[in-house]
Order: sequence, then C-alpha cells, then structure tokens
Amino acid sequence: MENLEKILAQHPFFKDMSPEHVAYLAGCAANARYDPGDFIFRNGQPANQFFLIRYGKVSLEIFVPGKGAVMIETVQEGNVMGWSWLVPPYRWHFDARALELTRAIVMDGECLRKKCAEDPRLGYELMSRIARLIEERLRATQLQLIDIYGKD
Amino acid sequence: MVIIEPQGLSALFDALKQKGYQLIGPRVVDQAIIYDEIGSPEDLPVGWTDEQDAGVYRLRKREDARYFGYVVGPQSWKKFLHLPILKLWEAQRDGPSFEIIPNDEPVPKMAFIGVRSCELQAIAIQDRIFLQGDFVDPHYRSRRENIFIVAVNCTEPGGTCFCASMDTGPRAQSGYDLAITELYDAERHVFLVEAGSPAGETLLEQLPHRPATEADIQQAHQLLEQAGKKMGRQLETEGLKDLLYDNLEHPHWQKIAERCLSCANCTMVCPTCFCTTVEDVTDLTGETAMRIRKWDSCFTSDFSYIHGGSIRASTYSRYRQWMTHKLASWHDQFGTSGCVGCGRCITWCPVGIDITEEARFIRENPVT
Amino acid sequence: MAAVPDPMIPIPYRIQTVQRETDDTFTLTLTAASSEQIAPFQAGQFNMLYIFGVGEVPISISGDPSTPEKLVHTTRAVGTVTQAMQKLKPGNVIGIRGPFGSHWPLEEARGNDVVVIAGGIGLAPLRPVLYTLVKYRERFGKVVLLYGSRTPEDILFRRELEKWRQRFDMEVYITVDRATGNWRGNVGVVTKLIPRAPFDPYSCVAMVCGPEIMMYYSVLSLRDQGVPTESIYISMERNMKCAIGFCGHCQYGPAFICKDGPVFRFDQVEHLFNKREI
Repeated sequence: MENLEKILAQHPFFKDMSPEHVAYLAGCAANARYDPGDFIFRNGQPANQFFLIRYGKVSLEIFVPGKGAVMIETVQEGNVMGWSWLVPPYRWHFDARALELTRAIVMDGECLRKKCAEDPRLGYELMSRIARLIEERLRATQLQLIDIYGKD
Repeated sequence: MVIIEPQGLSALFDALKQKGYQLIGPRVVDQAIIYDEIGSPEDLPVGWTDEQDAGVYRLRKREDARYFGYVVGPQSWKKFLHLPILKLWEAQRDGPSFEIIPNDEPVPKMAFIGVRSCELQAIAIQDRIFLQGDFVDPHYRSRRENIFIVAVNCTEPGGTCFCASMDTGPRAQSGYDLAITELYDAERHVFLVEAGSPAGETLLEQLPHRPATEADIQQAHQLLEQAGKKMGRQLETEGLKDLLYDNLEHPHWQKIAERCLSCANCTMVCPTCFCTTVEDVTDLTGETAMRIRKWDSCFTSDFSYIHGGSIRASTYSRYRQWMTHKLASWHDQFGTSGCVGCGRCITWCPVGIDITEEARFIRENPVT
Repeated sequence: MAAVPDPMIPIPYRIQTVQRETDDTFTLTLTAASSEQIAPFQAGQFNMLYIFGVGEVPISISGDPSTPEKLVHTTRAVGTVTQAMQKLKPGNVIGIRGPFGSHWPLEEARGNDVVVIAGGIGLAPLRPVLYTLVKYRERFGKVVLLYGSRTPEDILFRRELEKWRQRFDMEVYITVDRATGNWRGNVGVVTKLIPRAPFDPYSCVAMVCGPEIMMYYSVLSLRDQGVPTESIYISMERNMKCAIGFCGHCQYGPAFICKDGPVFRFDQVEHLFNKREI
C-alpha cells in the first residue's frame, strides 16, 4: 500500500497533489501488467477503471469493419487513460490494446467516485486534473482533424 | 539663386538635350497630365490645372499661362526608374543546361522636368529600397545614376495633397540638380532657379540669367508659405505607427473593405510602392526563356499565395497590409514613412477611400 | 560606375541525384555546373531554384552545412515549378540563387540542451541542424528530436532517423497523426511528445518548424514545460519572388521573411502570430 502511494505521488498526473489526498486515493489503486497484444478494455464494455501508465505503450483504437483497427492515439509512460468511468453509462468507447509490455496503476472507478463524493474538495481537485486532460485530448484531436500536414 | 525668363527655360531644355538627356516632363494627354517625353516648353501643360478630390480628377483651364500651374497627375517618376515591366535576363537552352544572358541594354540619360518635392522624397525612399540595403538593384541603379532632376516648387497644392503633414513639401529640400519656382503675376512671368548639385550649377551658368533680388526670393518664399497652408488634406503622424500596430484588429478595416474594390489603383499610382512579381516565359520553340519583372500589388489575391491559398484572402486584410505598410512598418523597414502625402491614392481610388480619413477614424476610435 | 553583381541572376547547378522521399516529396542533390558557386550556407537558410522557362521557387536547404559544395534540397511537389522539378533527371541543370535569410541559432545552442521539433516537410530545413548537432555532438547538452508526420508513409529521411534513433546520445521521438499499415509507433500530434521529452527547459534552445498552427501549439507546450519564449525559434514561410527584399511578397508585419527570416526568435513575431491574414 505504501509502495503504491509512492508510485502514485510520483506520477505526473498527481504532481503537487497533497499527500493526504494521494494517500486517500491510493486505497482505490492496484498494480497491473499487460503483455503485447492484450486488450486492456474493449469498446462497449463496462468502464470502471482509470489507468496511469508507468511503462510501455497502449494503443487506443476503434475497429472499423472492412478497415480494421484504426489507431486514434498511443498512450505511454507518464500518460493516463480512461475517463468513461466518470460519466454514465460507464462504458468504454474505444478499444485499448497493449502494444508492448505495459505496467500501469489501475484505479477503481466506483471507488474514485465514492471518494470524490465524500470529499468534494478532493473531488474538485481530481476533476480539474481530468478536465485538463480532456481539454488537451480535445485540442490534439482538433489538430489531427484539420490535417495540418495535408496538401489542401 | 538666379532669375531666368521663359526663354531661359527653352535654353535649359536645349542645353540638357545637348548633353544627351532625353527630356521627360508633364504634358496633357487624354485629359490628364502625364509624364512623357517632351521637346520644348510648349509641350508643358501651359495654362492648365487639375482639380482633385477623393475619386475626382478634372483638368481645368487656368486664367493665366503658367507652365507649372497643376498639382500632380496619375503617374509618378517611378515608372522611369523602377520600370513597370522589365526583362531581367534571358536564358538560352543548351542541351540539358542553359546559359543566362543578362539584360544590359543601354539605359537612356533622362532629365526629369517638373519634379515636385513630394516626388523627390518618393525617389529618395525608393533609393533606400533599391540602393541602400543588403542588395542593390542594378537596373534601378543604372537608371538612377543617369538622371538630371529639375524640381519645381509647388505653389499650387491640390485637394488631396498633404505633403505639409508628411514634412515632404511643398519646397524641394534636396535631391535635385535645379529647383525652379515659377513667379507669375500681372507684371511678369519668370523663374527663380536654384542649383542643388555641381551639375546643376554648371548648367545654370550656361543659361541667360540675372541674379535674383531679395524681392524675388521673398516672393517665392511667400508663395511656398501660402502653399503649405493650402493643403487639401491633413494627416496627424504623431504616434501613428504604434496606433496602427495596436489596431490591427480594428473593426474599421472591415468597414473600409465594404467599399474597397481591391483594384490596386492606389498601389499603381503611389510613387513609393515598389512591389513586383516575376513572369517566366519561353518562346514558341522553347529554346529561349525570359524572366520579366512587373509591378505587382498587395491587393491582388496571387500576391500572398502560398501552396493551397492566399494568406490575405479578404479585402480588409489587403487594405490593412497596404496602409500599415505605408504608415507603420515602412518605418521599421526603411527608417522613413512610406507615404509622401502626394494624395494620388485618394484621387485615383474609384470609390474615394482616403488614407488620411481612415487613419483619423482609427485615431479617434481606437480599440485597444 | 562600377558594375554591381545582379542578385537576380541564377548560377547554374547540375542535378546529381533525384531521390524520392515519399509519395510527393523528393530530394535533389546538386553541384555547380561551372566555376561559379553560391556562398556557403548556414542551417535554416534557403535558395531560389529556377527551372528553365517554368519559374523559380524558394526552397530550404536540407543538406549538410559542412559540405556546402553539395547542395541538397528537399521539397514537395505542390506547384507548377516543384512538379516540373520532380520530373528532372540527373544531368539536368537548374539555376540557383542564394543562400538567403536568417539561420537557426546553433551558436546560442552551444552548451545547452537542444530540442528540435519538426512537423511534416518542416523536417527538411531542420536537417542541417541535426547534421551539425551530430557532427559536433560534444558542444551541446541533451539533443532531442520530436517529429510529427501525417501518416507513416509521409515520414521523411527514414534511414537517417533510424540511424539517429540508435545513437545513445540523442533522443528521437516520432509520431503520426494517422496510423496506417502495421505502424507500431506513436499516434497523436507532435505537441504531445513535448512533455515526455528529456531536456532542461531552463537551459535549452528549441527550434520548431512546420505548419504555423503546429508551431504555435508547440510553443504553448514548450512554455508549459517552462521554456522561456526567448529560447524558442520558429521558421516562417510566405510567398517569395525575389528573396532580396525587393518584391514585397513575403512581408509579415514589419519583417521581410526573406531577409529578416525565415528563422525568427518567437518573441520577434509573437504579436503577429495569432492575427488573421497578416
């Protein structure tokens, strides 16, 4: 437990968060490991996890019939993934597949929601950090969308 | 300073011709005063003047027979120094290679007759661009080095003139070989002449003249003093550069664009606008290629074209580019304003857009 | 009257090789076709390339500054001139004027970490920097290259990127906007690589080249990491007809891209960067 707390505190996502909050949240965390090719979650399945990638690389992809798996983004060391546990209906909208041996801290979504509800100050802090991630992802998606290196 | 009679003007023209100069001066063509080759003082627009306002230019008969009783026409001297169309070089195919043949056609010696002070300043501004930077334009230079300038002090500013605001007139300050002030009243018609260079000095010696009296000089001085007060337009230049830089997103640019036709007239008539494009052409056999430089305008859509589209696609951005270049960024680039207050862009704008008015509006309604 | 050299007259250069880089991008290697040569160039400068009877275009120099006699240009076939250029063969002669413009701040980078961020064809004007960084590796701190490309097929200079990536004294991260085929690398915009890149934000020099929007977001991300604006350099592109400040086409506010640029310290142009249609 103490070990997980340390790892959490060192992850960029929790940078500068108060030690008490980190300790409190560590109760929701567990270690996980994925081999190359492992699906970490699949589109449509219940979403109840928040992943902090410690090592390796994960592909977020959508399977398009006739086209195969389309990689939307790769996520790696220092990144986090998964926020579908935050909002109903708590289902994944992508497939997440390990491209390499990947180690992550997995946090239980229901546990996180409960703690946030219990401690709104912590809840606000966590939501602010996730909102920032969503904003960054949206900005990146917009850039991908306008095809900046394209010809026209 | 000396006084010459109208016949002295003929003698001046003859002396210049004798020295091998082609005379270029004002003459009436197609109901406008243009700069063209002239032979004698009779070719000058004797007894003509021009009425000018935003989008308005009309020739009118004067009540007197003054030679230089007009303001300025649509053309400026830039068309003789910075040619509207110039062959830069030719290339001759040679198998997989080619040979460049520079254009070193002989350049005529030209005497400019009747250069106004604003136009002298415009020439000085183009000198900075083509002669005084990191690179020198050899075509401009060879023409520039072979001209003789006879300036005429402006005693008759027009409706769109604002050289007094720009500190570029009405009196010719420098950059001339001879400067003339036409003195005309009920008693007499003479020219007060001043040399501005050794070449001018030498030439003046050869002309029939008499020394100017204190009264002659006083009369010229008074005429110019009055002229300075008769400017049809006025432009406040204090802090103008920063004002425009601070207002690049002023909604007024869009208002101007509602009228602006993006026709490029203002850039063509402007005596300092220098932009060009190049055209590469070949003859029918494809053996000879040519590179031609032509005047261009920041108002065309091609001007800012870069793979995929124009940087300045809208009219407002083109007008803003032109005006902020003239009045603001020109200072950063060349250490001087790009505007000499000649008023041509106002007169020749088909919809009467007035640079002095637009600047005034932004000054009075800044958005910062 | 002393004759002035005419800066508009091209010098003939012979094509040695035409190398296809991607679908629409190619590299020309040229050597002087006569005794006349252009002056040595600095990383980031460009030349005007003239094709007989077709026209002239500005193209950045993508070769090694330490072997300036071998002129290398990488470009995309997008216009009339570059499309004609793509069809040229070794032995053909084209005209060169240059080198023109400002250069990347390799002197300022000495003793500092260097972050090179390239998007798309923007890697070409930065390749002379990478050659220099590798050649004089001991002069610099950490060296990081972040490169974003549209798809894996659009990646330029693959062989060199692989070589650089294998070096122990250099970090090379590559990402694509759209994964295709069996791409196993990163997917996402190039700015995403910045937070992960190992460099000291307080003693680094960042050199960024790519589409304006990509450069802008890279600058934002670099600043987020703590990089001062004065340590960030970008390279601008505009229409050019003369490259010597006479034609007026490349004006960007008070700057002529051909003389004052293409490389600018970001704070020199920041005030214009988000203004529309400047």
